[in-house]
Amino acid sequence: MLDAATLRVGDALPAFTTEPISRLTLALYCGASGDHNPMHVDIDFARRAGSPDVFAHGMLSMAYLAQLLTRWVPQRQLREYGVRFVAITQVGDAITCSGRVTELFEAHGERRARLELSTCNQHGVVKLVGDAVVALT
Amino acid sequence: MIDRQFIGHRMPAYSVPVEASRLRFFAKATGQTDPVYTDESAARQAGYAALPVPPTFLFCLEMDAPNYSALRDLLGIPIAKVLHGEQRFVYHAPAQAGDTLTFEQRVADIYDKKGGALEFMVRETRVTNQHGVHVADLLATTVVRHA
Repeated sequence: MLDAATLRVGDALPAFTTEPISRLTLALYCGASGDHNPMHVDIDFARRAGSPDVFAHGMLSMAYLAQLLTRWVPQRQLREYGVRFVAITQVGDAITCSGRVTELFEAHGERRARLELSTCNQHGVVKLVGDAVVALT
Repeated sequence: MIDRQFIGHRMPAYSVPVEASRLRFFAKATGQTDPVYTDESAARQAGYAALPVPPTFLFCLEMDAPNYSALRDLLGIPIAKVLHGEQRFVYHAPAQAGDTLTFEQRVADIYDKKGGALEFMVRETRVTNQHGVHVADLLATTVVRHA
């Protein structure tokens, strides 16, 4: 958990890395998320569509990256969270979630921090870039 | 090409219940180990009325529409050509298990890049709860890859 009093621009959030994404993970996410797009779970469909294999849901990585935030502050302090999906996350990728503080400011009567966020795979290839705003009080 | 006349088009509103069992399944699928997201007593101890809807799960609930491909079908976008380009959430009030959330989708923009090889559809979704409280706004950009 963060110490709001000593927080500075440039401070990093505690990063973490997921287990490599398995086909079971994608099947579970398909069911739990309600995103039944066959491109993520049905290799026959994916090949017919011109992809060599199924690939991970971007929103699975966005869910992992959200855990970077909710490990750091209680979710009720989250004000805004957005990402751009810059590259496809593949089966077998282990996702490292990281972020840092880019701005400290006040809005709507509360102290807030703006964060920049990213995920990358085991080769350091960036997959998602994003930002978030959290309340510090 | 996606017909640009759909810019501004609003879809019929629909409501979706937030079920605790589904939130636990989502926690399992996303490797979530914080008991706040799976155990009601832990959630209450942390100050939540019930299991909280995690930050990105509003997108999943949005997909629980009576026909989740309704907008894509209307615009004639084939699923095999679709990539998720961007996603944003702006949070206004908490949502938790037991709520019934209403989703109102609007096509905010349609545009293309690379001479039409890539098309983009931006969808804005307003989420309110059973008390009429504005819970969140979602902004989704869908990329359509034309071969």
